[in-house]
Amino acid sequence: MPDNDVAPQPIIQTVGVDKSFGDVQALRSISLEIEQGMFFTLVGPSGCGKTTLLRVMAGFEQPTTGHVIIDGKHVAGVPANKRPTNMVFQNYAVFPHLNVGDNIAYGLRSKKMAEDLIRRKVSEALEMVGLSGYEARPSHALSGGQRQRVALARALVLKPKVLLLDEPLSALDKKLREQMQSELRHLQRNVGITFILVTHDQEEALTMSDRIAVMFSGEIAQVDSPATLYQRPCSRAVAEFVGFMNFLDVRKLDTDSGRVEIEGLGTVEIGPRQAPGGFDGEIVAGVRPELFTILFDGEPTAERLCTGRITELQYFGDMTYYEAKLDGIDRTVTISMRNTSGREVLEVGAKARIGWSPESLLILS
Amino acid sequence: MMHRLRKSSNWLIAYVGVFLLFLYAPALLLPLFAFNDSSVISFPLAGFTTQWFAAVLDNDPLHRAARNSLIVALSTAALSTTLGVFAARASTRYEFPAKRGMLGLVMVPMVLPEIIVGVSLLVVVVQLGLSLSLLLIILGHVLICTPFCTAILGAAFQGLDRSLEEASIDLGRTRFMTFVLITMPLVLPGIISSLLLSFTISLDEFIIAFFLTGTEATLPVYIWGQLRFPQRVPGLMALGTILLVVSLLLLVCAEYFRRRGARTMGRQEQGGFF
Amino acid sequence: MPWGRPRISPEAASGLVLISPTFIYALLLLATPIAAVVLLSFWTQDYLDLQRTLTLANYQKAWSEPIYQSLMLRSVKISLLVTVATVLIGFPIAYYIAFMVPPRHRPIWLFLITIPFWTSYLVRIFLWKVILGYGGVINGSLVGLGIIEEPLKFILYNQGAVVLTLSHAWLPFAILPIFVALNKIDRSLLEAAEDLGDGPVRRFLHITLPLAMPGIVAAAIIVFIPTIGDYVTPRLVGGPNGLMIANMIEVQFKKANNAPLGAALALSAMFVVTLISLLFLLAVRKYLRPNQ
Ligand SMILES: Nc1ncnc2c1ncn2[C@@H]1O[C@H](COP(=O)(O)OP(=O)(O)OP(=O)(O)O)[C@@H](O)[C@H]1O
Ligand SMILES: [Mg+2]
Repeated sequence: MPDNDVAPQPIIQTVGVDKSFGDVQALRSISLEIEQGMFFTLVGPSGCGKTTLLRVMAGFEQPTTGHVIIDGKHVAGVPANKRPTNMVFQNYAVFPHLNVGDNIAYGLRSKKMAEDLIRRKVSEALEMVGLSGYEARPSHALSGGQRQRVALARALVLKPKVLLLDEPLSALDKKLREQMQSELRHLQRNVGITFILVTHDQEEALTMSDRIAVMFSGEIAQVDSPATLYQRPCSRAVAEFVGFMNFLDVRKLDTDSGRVEIEGLGTVEIGPRQAPGGFDGEIVAGVRPELFTILFDGEPTAERLCTGRITELQYFGDMTYYEAKLDGIDRTVTISMRNTSGREVLEVGAKARIGWSPESLLILS
Repeated sequence: MMHRLRKSSNWLIAYVGVFLLFLYAPALLLPLFAFNDSSVISFPLAGFTTQWFAAVLDNDPLHRAARNSLIVALSTAALSTTLGVFAARASTRYEFPAKRGMLGLVMVPMVLPEIIVGVSLLVVVVQLGLSLSLLLIILGHVLICTPFCTAILGAAFQGLDRSLEEASIDLGRTRFMTFVLITMPLVLPGIISSLLLSFTISLDEFIIAFFLTGTEATLPVYIWGQLRFPQRVPGLMALGTILLVVSLLLLVCAEYFRRRGARTMGRQEQGGFF
Repeated sequence: MPWGRPRISPEAASGLVLISPTFIYALLLLATPIAAVVLLSFWTQDYLDLQRTLTLANYQKAWSEPIYQSLMLRSVKISLLVTVATVLIGFPIAYYIAFMVPPRHRPIWLFLITIPFWTSYLVRIFLWKVILGYGGVINGSLVGLGIIEEPLKFILYNQGAVVLTLSHAWLPFAILPIFVALNKIDRSLLEAAEDLGDGPVRRFLHITLPLAMPGIVAAAIIVFIPTIGDYVTPRLVGGPNGLMIANMIEVQFKKANNAPLGAALALSAMFVVTLISLLFLLAVRKYLRPNQ
């Protein structure tokens, strides 16, 4: 992600968008700015309003209040067929009565373009998604992954300013999904079109995106780069949704200097960057599993130490996930360890020395 | 237990056989008497003749009635399918106040004795001092066919994935062009079924037609008039045979096209007209 | 917006616009004429003149005179018998098609069941007259086989003949909804029941039948209500004792020229069948709920 001083012009912007369906408020004052050329991802649990936000951008739903600006123009009242956005639907919506070529030419044909130009563009688009020569295929003879590519080509051939993708990968099996994730990413880099992808899979969001917006019940909780989102989640809800996090109770000692007592770990001083929500209200301390270390004999010691006992473990080959009960408190924490060469795998019941550092702590509300 | 199952399914198959005989009894007799060389409809049969078919071909009032019936049935099919498209589209795609009530009224004729429809239209016509005509029969038939068309088309529209239409609009087409290019081709099998069903219902409808017939009779009304004359009945048998064969041919053609359509769209084959 | 949101959303407006042609058609050609019939039923016919003072005289006649009473009772009886007969005869067929015919062949079987109905309704009824008549198929065969000497007279021109003919005519309308309901039953439910130790009979009574109920109820309603309005079958095969209320309605509107009485009879018949249907629906409502 370029980190220039001059903020680039956002290609699409929502300003205080609300959307209600009767009593259900699907979106609450959503304000987003998405820059040109981004791979932007909307992630959140089912029913949080991701699809609704995408459909507001595409013009299928009108916001109850607020407005959408695309490429500097207000698009209130502009119907979906006049917007410079295109959509890849969750079920792909490949027209079953048209063959692949006609599906891709569908949008071009409404633009009064010469037929041989259309044909050239169609074959270019097919080449782009790796389906060269598929023009005459009937669309019902396509596999899930191929359908997906046709839907992509059909939208990209129109050179939209923004491509909207609603859970495009959720219907594919795991292997194909992973392959398509990297293909989509490459495609986006090549064409330079802004992609806005909806997913409920936080892992998918982390691996593919330049920027991620996390949504909960109609509201944006946080917008950041994948790394920032993971390392500095702004609330307990975001931290729980993105990756795994251990939570420990906190007793406030001196909020001015950031001195707190954390159960099982002892007293630490927390810098302001580690407490994005401040110290007000109910707070907990969060630690990612990889920021705890089990210290084996002969390994360098850590900044701070505590002890515990292994209660459970899951072995993944490259990694081992331990559940450890910390001495002195009635709580287990999850610790992930890379299985580097020579490092043993502890057994359930074994005593462990656990290292951690105060910088790895987050105070969340 | 396996043995008992086998036995009970044997009974069922035997029952199905008897049932089919019962069901087909009239249809089997039809051609027998149509080709029987006797003006009395009874056994024993008296030899082969085609004179009754010749009589059908050379019978002006009958041709006139057949023409009237065709006019009525074709208009009914077109009108009730059109009305059905509106109702089915509204019911499957939109939420609006009083939806259930409005649709309910449209569907009422499905569970209304036809005589009520006939009587009520007759009352209005008499009170308004209008004269009876084929148009009136068409109006009555449209009323009783629309619920069937709405049901068939409702199923067709229901099976239509909404995102296909949205994709078309998203790709820059207007609502109207989307309806023409996407919606219509995809619900075409439903439209054909609807046309066919309403056409056949109307063609064979007697109870309403009899109430509303003025000077121009439809085919069933004509047949009713002829049933009183025993010497005309063999001709009616020939006519019945022709009707049976023609409608079967029509159905087989329609089914053929439906399957071809289903195949090009990769839909699962199922259902047919039912 | 100071004037607030519009009361009807654009979506609702589109829906209303779309439904309006069909709805207005039904309003003008169904609701209005029926209202006219209701009004007419409170008028009286005085030879050629229509007396427009509102009175219950027609209903008094329709409900108290023995001839109308007995016609009404008989019509309800015949319609009920036809309903029961079609459901009983049709259920095993629907069951056979849904459970024993391979899915590929089901459409053909459904088609097979409707073939006999693709010819004139009147001709079909007439053929039943031929089958049941004095010199008809049944008598001919029985005499030919030497089982009887004289043709039987009691099989045509009675209520039994009406029930038989009407049942034949309405069978497909009973089979199709029952088939649809049976066909929707998840086969794994049946396997689960068997797995839990249900024998075929228990399984049928506890799983298949309750799940088929919506179809059976639909079939019963679809057959029962329109049957009361048929005046062709009773006229052709019913004989003098097989006539139904619809024959009387027809006579009042045509030959007897007493449309108000006909209207009152028609509305009374409609009221009776609607009432019976509603009571029936009420009685079986617990079977309808889980599948809705
Ligand atoms: N057309 C509609 N009418 C009424 N309510 C709706 C409509 N569309 C969405 N909703 C409601 O709005 C909320 C948000 O729905 P939305 O489809 O945007 O969620 P989502 O985040 O895409 O969920 P999922 O991950 O399950 O797709 C839900 O509570 C949903 O029930
Ligand atoms: Mg969604």
